Amino acid sequence: MRMSSEYEAPGRFYSFVLWFFLIPVRIYRSKILRKLLKNPISVAGFALVIFFAVIALLAPVLAPPARPSRPYQIPRSGYSAVPKPPSPEHPFGTTEGQYDIYYGIIWGTRTAFYVGLVVVGAAAGIGIVIGSFSAYYGGLIDEGVMRITDIFMSFPFLVAAMVLTTILGKGLDKVIVALIVFGWMGYARVIRSEILSIRELAYVEAARALGANDVRIIFRHVLPNSIYPILVQASMDIGSMVLTAAALSFLGVGAEPGYADWGQMISFARNWILGGQGNPLQFWYTVIYPGAAILFFCLGWNLLGDALRDVLDPRMRGRKA
Amino acid sequence: MLSYILRRLLLVPWVLLGLTFIIFGFLQLLGPNQRLSTYIRDPAQLKQGPEVLKQLAHKYGLDDPIWIQYGRWLNNVIHGNLGYSESANMPVDKAILRFLPASTELALYAIIPMIMGSIWLGTLSAVHHNDPLDHATRIMALTGWSFPTFVFGLLVLMLLYHWFPAGRLSIWADRIVNSPGFVRYTGMNTVDAILNGNLPVFLDALRHMVLPVITLSYVSWALILRVTRSSMLETLRQDYITTARAKGLRESVVIKKHARRNAMLPVVTLAGLMVAGLINGVVIVETIFNYHGLGLFAVRAAQQLDFAAILGFALFNGLLLVMTNLVIDILYAYLDPRVKLQ
Repeated sequence: MRMSSEYEAPGRFYSFVLWFFLIPVRIYRSKILRKLLKNPISVAGFALVIFFAVIALLAPVLAPPARPSRPYQIPRSGYSAVPKPPSPEHPFGTTEGQYDIYYGIIWGTRTAFYVGLVVVGAAAGIGIVIGSFSAYYGGLIDEGVMRITDIFMSFPFLVAAMVLTTILGKGLDKVIVALIVFGWMGYARVIRSEILSIRELAYVEAARALGANDVRIIFRHVLPNSIYPILVQASMDIGSMVLTAAALSFLGVGAEPGYADWGQMISFARNWILGGQGNPLQFWYTVIYPGAAILFFCLGWNLLGDALRDVLDPRMRGRKA
Repeated sequence: MLSYILRRLLLVPWVLLGLTFIIFGFLQLLGPNQRLSTYIRDPAQLKQGPEVLKQLAHKYGLDDPIWIQYGRWLNNVIHGNLGYSESANMPVDKAILRFLPASTELALYAIIPMIMGSIWLGTLSAVHHNDPLDHATRIMALTGWSFPTFVFGLLVLMLLYHWFPAGRLSIWADRIVNSPGFVRYTGMNTVDAILNGNLPVFLDALRHMVLPVITLSYVSWALILRVTRSSMLETLRQDYITTARAKGLRESVVIKKHARRNAMLPVVTLAGLMVAGLINGVVIVETIFNYHGLGLFAVRAAQQLDFAAILGFALFNGLLLVMTNLVIDILYAYLDPRVKLQ
């Protein structure tokens, strides 16, 4: 018996890795993609997300950094406070402190993807582990873990993230940690309720009868069948996490000054929002461009998540969307 | 019913205890000097030599074992002693009580258009399912869901500042409100103005609230609209709706009396999320419109690293949310008798 388990251990690991990398293949094979591409709303969502992804990938081409060692530092042309309107050198104008808006938005796209993917990836990972653990063992463990999620959920999200970021200190990495600490509970709850309903199904019973152990049952049989609600939530969450990170920067507890971050660009715009003498819209470019970037980024992910839910929710099948 | 409420009530102390654990845990993340700063009124004291700091730390018991520190801290918190806020220059509990009425006023005004508007639109959208109207509402809701509050607020401010100024009151009105002849019953400007019979101040306060209220109600209306719509769609397929129609009731009665009342149940469960959304929204909205309430107090405290104030703020909001959720759950059990079976 000892021998066999030693032989099995690496095999199990590789099968898990394989399973993980096969998620895109599964999605493709399950016809979800084809359904998504028939729905105009999800096509719009896809288009927006891909548009931003291309901008993020091509950032060094679209806006070559002046100092390649620190590309996320927005270049500034002078130190005057008053923003300058769009011109050939600064296509979107400059904001307070002469930071180039165009550069900030292009490199801010990378920041947005980084924040969104890292936060949602980590939060979903933590949530999945805690939720499946809790559901699978049930009883007192389940009760305790669920009470802990209740406690984390009893803080308003933005307030909790703001307080934790303030305590950890300024910087994007602190924002990410704060968002993860208060962002995992939703995933834990979703995966728990999914597992609780799947656990009783016959095929899990069959796997157990064949002698599969707990880890194998959770990872091979239960999780693959309960992963879709997580995907929907993750897609919706990327938008809202980026939004919250931007809000923190806007409130002045997020990224360092001059870091390419959409929320910070809007906080630069704050002092100029009332415009000049007789022309309240004089500095429109300081808020419109970064605002539009955040809005369309979130809209893209939300449209995608919404369409994904319509496609995946069995109750919606056979009904006109 | 009673046992459900009792079981629900028994959970509250545990959640509150957990809440204090988290806040105390936050406190432990701070460095020793930062932690000391939450006790000290005069920041100049922190600039003294390490000897003095050590004595101070000993005086406030910061070198005791952690569970003793936690017990002492909890005892302070229970007695309302949350430390001293440097940014507001007063004890944290006093500051919270002082800024609370302004934020409450804002939230109360925001709730009305938010609930009425989104329920009306959600019903309309469900009744006209798959019509252009339905699609337009859905797209509006999704766009609203993605629209950052702070961008929306700034745009509104940019366009309408001329008619609806920022702040809480004009200078002349502020002078009246702070004069000895004006009695501050509640701290809410509009209510106090009516109680004092001062119409100009009431109108001025109202004028300053227009933009914050629009922005704040915008935070949650998309969510309520979506839930109302899907819950109405579900309810309209029920047999009793067909019965109501079959016995010849007017369609408006069927929709308003039979369908919507039952469709409102899932919307009640949103109330907790709504309150959380309002608290988050208040922080941003008050910052944008320079509206002196609890949110602006917290943001300023965060920017000035006033740790006592932000920890007190977090604790207060956690408490608020736990209590709201308790009330909502009990209310829900009352509204929907099926709950007690679970």
